Amino acid sequence: MNTALPLSTQLINLFAAVVLLLAFAMLAQRRVLPLINLFALQGLTLCLSTLVVAFTTGQAHLYGSAALTLALKAVLLPLILHRLVRKLQVKADVEGLINVPTTMLAGIALVIVAFNVALPISQLSSTISRGTLGIALASVMLAFLMMIVRTKAIPQVVGFLAMENGLFLAATSATYGMPMVVELGIALDVLIGVIILGVFFFQIRDQFDSLDIRHLENLKER
Amino acid sequence: MPALLPIDVLLIAACAWLAIGLAGLAAPRNLHFISKILFPLGAAVGVLAGLTSLRFLGSGAETAVLAIGLPDLPFHLRLDNLAAVFVLLLGFAAAGISVFAAGYFRKGEGAAPGLMCLQYHFFLASMLLVLLADDAYAFMVAWEGMALSSFFLVTTDHRHAEIRRAGYLYLLIAHIGAIAILLSFGVMTAGSGDYSFAGMRAQALSPFWASAAFLLALAGFGAKAGLLPVHVWLPEAHPAAPSPVSAMMSGVMLKTAIYGLLRVSFDLLGEPLWWWGVVAMSVGLATAVFGVLYSTVQSDMKRLLAYSSIENIGLLAVALGLTLIFHAYRMEALAALSMTALLYHCLAHAGFKSLLFLCTGSVLHATKERSLGKLGGLIHRMPWVAWLALAGVIASAGLPPLSGFVSEWLLLQSFLFSPGLPHPWLNMVVPVAAAVVALVAALAGFAMVKFYGIIFLGQMREEALKDAHDAGPWERAGLLWLAGLTLALGVLPTAVISVIDAATRQLLGTGLADKVREHGWWLLAPISPDRASYAPLVFLAVIAAAVLLGRQLVHRLYHGRLRRSPAWDCGYVFQGPRAQDTAEGFSQPIRRIFEPMFRMERHFPTIRDEKPYYSVKVEDHFWHWLYLPLARAAEWVSRLIIRLQGGRIAIYLLYSFLTLIILLLVARP
Repeated sequence: MNTALPLSTQLINLFAAVVLLLAFAMLAQRRVLPLINLFALQGLTLCLSTLVVAFTTGQAHLYGSAALTLALKAVLLPLILHRLVRKLQVKADVEGLINVPTTMLAGIALVIVAFNVALPISQLSSTISRGTLGIALASVMLAFLMMIVRTKAIPQVVGFLAMENGLFLAATSATYGMPMVVELGIALDVLIGVIILGVFFFQIRDQFDSLDIRHLENLKER
Repeated sequence: MPALLPIDVLLIAACAWLAIGLAGLAAPRNLHFISKILFPLGAAVGVLAGLTSLRFLGSGAETAVLAIGLPDLPFHLRLDNLAAVFVLLLGFAAAGISVFAAGYFRKGEGAAPGLMCLQYHFFLASMLLVLLADDAYAFMVAWEGMALSSFFLVTTDHRHAEIRRAGYLYLLIAHIGAIAILLSFGVMTAGSGDYSFAGMRAQALSPFWASAAFLLALAGFGAKAGLLPVHVWLPEAHPAAPSPVSAMMSGVMLKTAIYGLLRVSFDLLGEPLWWWGVVAMSVGLATAVFGVLYSTVQSDMKRLLAYSSIENIGLLAVALGLTLIFHAYRMEALAALSMTALLYHCLAHAGFKSLLFLCTGSVLHATKERSLGKLGGLIHRMPWVAWLALAGVIASAGLPPLSGFVSEWLLLQSFLFSPGLPHPWLNMVVPVAAAVVALVAALAGFAMVKFYGIIFLGQMREEALKDAHDAGPWERAGLLWLAGLTLALGVLPTAVISVIDAATRQLLGTGLADKVREHGWWLLAPISPDRASYAPLVFLAVIAAAVLLGRQLVHRLYHGRLRRSPAWDCGYVFQGPRAQDTAEGFSQPIRRIFEPMFRMERHFPTIRDEKPYYSVKVEDHFWHWLYLPLARAAEWVSRLIIRLQGGRIAIYLLYSFLTLIILLLVARP
């Protein structure tokens, strides 16, 4: 390990790596409840990373962001999702369109793309956490990939939320976070989005007796 | 308190129309309140707007900035003489049509009266704003408001599939036109990002871009006006709409498109190129000939009038082209002459075409019949409507002493000078166009004889017509107002030219009024009295004297020996209404002579037929040559594109994912 890096940067890099690892874990996880737990863990890691950045740089508003992340992504959203899973009685495994090894290979390819794309941007940036930009982009793409390959509605929503996690990481690493107003707005959007999607889950299940979104193909106009 | 400027008064008028429309929503089912209070109020506002612009004409431009609109993008308004002429047209035509509408709308016809009231007055207000707009943004907002409100008015009776279809066609073409207009404005800003009209005037465009802007404007405004080949919505939408709405659309809305063309080609674009005029004139001639030919062969009275509107728009485009040519060669006096003809014809057409559409509305209410083949002899049952329609018909046919004659005469007069053009081809080809215009005028006369003769003269073709009733007092008042305008435009040409001269002067720098006023108010001699002159009052007096004298003579000579017998029975003892010329039969010679112009499906009876019948169906070539291939191509492309749409969410997500990755890879710093 390169000892020239200060401790704070090493910590940030460590947390970012954990976020990426968790993203891969979510991609590979086939059961719903552990998936939600992984998501909560990712939120927690994100919160810790933000705290380190806030402590090192003295950016006061990042403490607020960290608190928001903790409350929303590590506690509130997982709770809501847990409740939904209980109410909807989702028991079956999460099926993917593509098997797990192939998905993982695709994920690795995406990480390579993301790192290469992020390289010139992080060189422009002057933040202490700029090295994590590639990871942030990679986790956005992995979450997107998860949304694509999953066929059930709840994992798709988790993918959507994980994508937001990646964006948040990108924002902290590139520019020390977005303005507080924007962050509050996004947090509210995510919360409302999940609640609305929860309502949709019930509607979809009532209509098709299943949460498999492949049934929605029937809605296409012919 | 500072005095109210005319532009303020007009703004108040627009707000008043909006308020009247909203008031209609307060009691949407209360027909009496809406038709007897709100519509007459709207008419009063129309008179106010007309009088205001009449007072304004001749003074300098006034501007105003409205604080509504997007942030940092307020509405700029400007009242100048060109706009004032069209506001005059709008206000006075709206007054007559609103008064008529007060007596027209009945219970149980189409939408709720309150809704109609809102749409109608919103339509009026947005037309007023179109005329006052001084930046592209305000113009487009008002323009779209006008298109949308008129769409809803056209589809008032949306329970019929063909009316929905007509409305859809109208909306589609209106939007294609709006896109062209927007592009034209975009070209005229020349990338400066300044969308105000003042900014556009300041731009000096290269000939290429100026031509692009002009052609786009011609296409865009042409779609609204009904120029070939985007005329197809007109004969569909006009019969579908309630009659006051058809009158408003044909009489006034089409003129806003002419206004837009004038605004772009003379005001915003600066110096025109001569070939723009040739393009406008060619399109106009084709439109006029097409319109008048199709109007002669129609059997539906409102379709006939709709095609006649196309013809008149064609004539206006011809006048525009001629003005552009003269203006490009700096023959300003002649340009002023044809510009005067253009503006005059706008006013005249607004008067007589609204009048005729309203008359068809009265006939429709009295007989529930739109097909010419089932009307006839209505002059006995509906004398008011019949005599007032006669005024519109005479004007529309271009006969003295009414309005249509003056404008067409002025147009032909300006054509007579086109051999003086300093261009070897133009000075020979343009006079040929004059011959075509004369042909169009003659055929328009034919169409009007058909319209009037089949509806009002002869014997009644159906028993049910005996119960037809004449128009009520409100309707009569509206018709009288419009007929009065038509008469005034016909017999007071010198006064009218003095009024509209301010607009000519603004656009061309020179006018016609001084020359016209030299000879006194009763004689119209636009160039010089040796060449051509027209004294409408003398003409009117001679006609009136001849008619009265003839009547006296007949009475004196045949006193007591007059008897009334069925019309057009050629002296036969028995001649039923079925033996009269039908609408189809009347126009048969035209169909025969111009056969290649029509797409006809005919069925002739044969001896072996159990039930022999004759039928003829005339269709528009453009449907088969242009629109159906276009529609097929659009469908084919859609079928290709629909393959992208698999219905699977994973696929849709993949699309955006791939787009994201490709963009990330391509857009590297």
